[in-house]
Amino acid sequence: MSQSTASSKAPAPAAPTPSAPREVGPLMYGRDIFVEALERAGVEVIFAYPGGASMEIHQSLTKSKIRTVLPRHEQGGSFAAEGYARATGKAGVCMGTSGPGATNLVTAIADAYMDSCPLVAITGQVTQAMIGRGAFQETDMVGVTLPIVKHSYLITDIRDIPRVVAEAFYIAESGRPGPVVIDFPKNLQQDRVQPVWPTLDEIKRGLRGYNPDIRAGDLELNEIIGLIEKAERPVIYCGGGIITSGAAAELRKFAEAAQIPVTTTLMGIGGFPETHPLSLRWLGMHGSAVANWAVSGEFEPRKDPKQPAVRLKEGADVLLAFGVRFDDRVTGAFSEFAKNATIVHIDLDASEHNKNKRVQLAVHGDIRDALTRLNGMIAKRGGIQKTFPAWHQQIAEWKAKGSFHYEVTPEIANSDHMKDHLKGHEDQVILPQMVIEMLYELTGGNAIITTGVGQHQMWSGQWYKYSEPRTFITSGGLGSMGYGYPAAIGAKVARPDKEVIDIDGDGSFLMNVQELATAHVEKIAAKAIILNNQHLGMVVQWEDNFYAGNRGHTYLGNPDNRAQVYPDYVRVCNSFNVPAEQVIFRKDLKAALQRMLDAKTPYVLNVMTPYSEHVLPFIPAGRTVADMKW
Amino acid sequence: MRHTISVLVENKFGVLTRVAGLFSGRGYNIDSLNVAPTHDPSLSRMSIVTRGDDATVEQIVKQLDKLIDVVKVIDYRQGDFIDRELVLLKVGTGRDNRAEVAQMAELFRAKVVDVQPESLTIEITGGEGKIEKFITLMKGFGILDLTRTGQVALPRS
Repeated sequence: MSQSTASSKAPAPAAPTPSAPREVGPLMYGRDIFVEALERAGVEVIFAYPGGASMEIHQSLTKSKIRTVLPRHEQGGSFAAEGYARATGKAGVCMGTSGPGATNLVTAIADAYMDSCPLVAITGQVTQAMIGRGAFQETDMVGVTLPIVKHSYLITDIRDIPRVVAEAFYIAESGRPGPVVIDFPKNLQQDRVQPVWPTLDEIKRGLRGYNPDIRAGDLELNEIIGLIEKAERPVIYCGGGIITSGAAAELRKFAEAAQIPVTTTLMGIGGFPETHPLSLRWLGMHGSAVANWAVSGEFEPRKDPKQPAVRLKEGADVLLAFGVRFDDRVTGAFSEFAKNATIVHIDLDASEHNKNKRVQLAVHGDIRDALTRLNGMIAKRGGIQKTFPAWHQQIAEWKAKGSFHYEVTPEIANSDHMKDHLKGHEDQVILPQMVIEMLYELTGGNAIITTGVGQHQMWSGQWYKYSEPRTFITSGGLGSMGYGYPAAIGAKVARPDKEVIDIDGDGSFLMNVQELATAHVEKIAAKAIILNNQHLGMVVQWEDNFYAGNRGHTYLGNPDNRAQVYPDYVRVCNSFNVPAEQVIFRKDLKAALQRMLDAKTPYVLNVMTPYSEHVLPFIPAGRTVADMKW
Repeated sequence: MRHTISVLVENKFGVLTRVAGLFSGRGYNIDSLNVAPTHDPSLSRMSIVTRGDDATVEQIVKQLDKLIDVVKVIDYRQGDFIDRELVLLKVGTGRDNRAEVAQMAELFRAKVVDVQPESLTIEITGGEGKIEKFITLMKGFGILDLTRTGQVALPRS
């Protein structure tokens, strides 16, 4: 019978009989049970903004060892929870009240869903008797978030609290991580019951439809080794899965043993040291030319996509795709991506196999486990025979001509920025790339970098080099502006030992500027560099490329006084008691960066840069390497 | 191409919305959807008839399988399963053609379940081909109203 069943799931008995006596607590309020459940889940910090339907839980939190950080907007709190999660791998926790408090969490929930970030988002809900009656601050939060969660709960029985919280954390953190929503009606927070605490084993057994522990088959792994031995031009294309599964060390071992060059996705940055000789840096729309050539081949540059694509050099013949999802910002036109390669795709999420790109060998399993076993197989057979000298020679040639670069172009020399802000000191212009390059030098590459979304985000990927997982924290899939500074707050809470710097744009920074208060009041020394070009730079770049430079509401400065820096970020920051400086001239940059790094408090540098700078390389959406500007 | 997919789900709050939302959110079509508890009251079985090429159906199956409350997904291929559907239809009849309609129902082993002065209500159960043929024939007499369960299915082995 040709029946295709899902292999990962097997029905188990519905209600397993408890083998040991169950742990029953004393009579407690629902709110206290909930907070104790968070403590038992290992929660250290919660980013929570109170309101009528969640204040009961806040009352309990005042008596808990969990640190409660009060953001100044629920979106800031939820991005901070994501930053915490991305820096640690543990679920970040945020909470808002019902209605608007809850809907303000939605962007971060969608963001966490796209970037496979473990997030537990808790929302107060109106009392059960009022649900469905259009009560004050009532929103169907489970309904609103349905398409953007890994799972969600509306607690309907006070006895379910321990199980729901334990399940939420288990689901958020295991397998392919993601967001879980818990909607918690107020009357259940106020009711009392004796809690029964389930064990992790009971939790796992109760989730009949969920098995995150998938291992690749031996046969498939052996086939991969066979493919490598037959290859002439292999490339590893790896993503966020390397970081979430903790596979960076095994990946490095594998790449070194097989001498295969490595490119990562934007989400995979830090999964492989970018200073390593085998690193091609990251690939895709604004990724390195070298990585894009290595995957898809080098082409005669063409101006018009209707012209034929003329291949100059072959790209990969075997592409090892590890923990990636063939995102369109990586592939461009799916059909032309790695067109002549045999593609192996190892992923824990079977639905990613053949979703965007047909692959020749789809392997279902955890990537750390797969790489560990591949390394074992390679060691056992005495290494890989192939060394790919011609391929490494080709890549060295590409690296010589295709590295990231910047210069003062005529567009910059003639820009308003020069006239309005530099006034006779044009030689002192600061390009955004310079700032990040200098920051990299001054920090020795040891900082955790967060970003907003746009040009500065791409440059932060290009001009800072990352050697460790969880050091580049950015909104990759959803592209949420306003992510950078709150994420830096969350990362700094998680890693107080590390320098945490948000490299941001003026547009993105302003979207959650209120979180300066959180940083100051909570004494969280998250730093920020605003690469301020008074514009929505990435949209401006697209306007320049595709709309003849017509500005469609992309200017963020003061139209009545373009020479003014608007808003005045130094005054904004100072009003929050956050020290800040404005830097316009290159001669002042290094010292200012150093003062920011030396500060033990939050600190903001507002660095003025020209808006006429474009991010290169650039492969327009849906196009191919042949259309790459670099 | 039409596919029948059977989805065994936890009988929990919101599970139908999760499954239906997955279809609408990803642009998959549902021709029919039937859901009811199984012999184990903690589980429900959904029978979904959908349309799409092989790649689409592969995605549908995998996306369904990712839902936490989905315990098992079976994508039935042609001939490997037994499917049935129940239809209630009200046909407009008068003195002149009531006997003809009743006779036609009998030929299809359908049952007349209600008789009114100007209509007959007929219950018919069967596979897709039989049902469609019967409905086509009844259209000639004038169908006043119709409701159907959608396909339910079980594997043969």
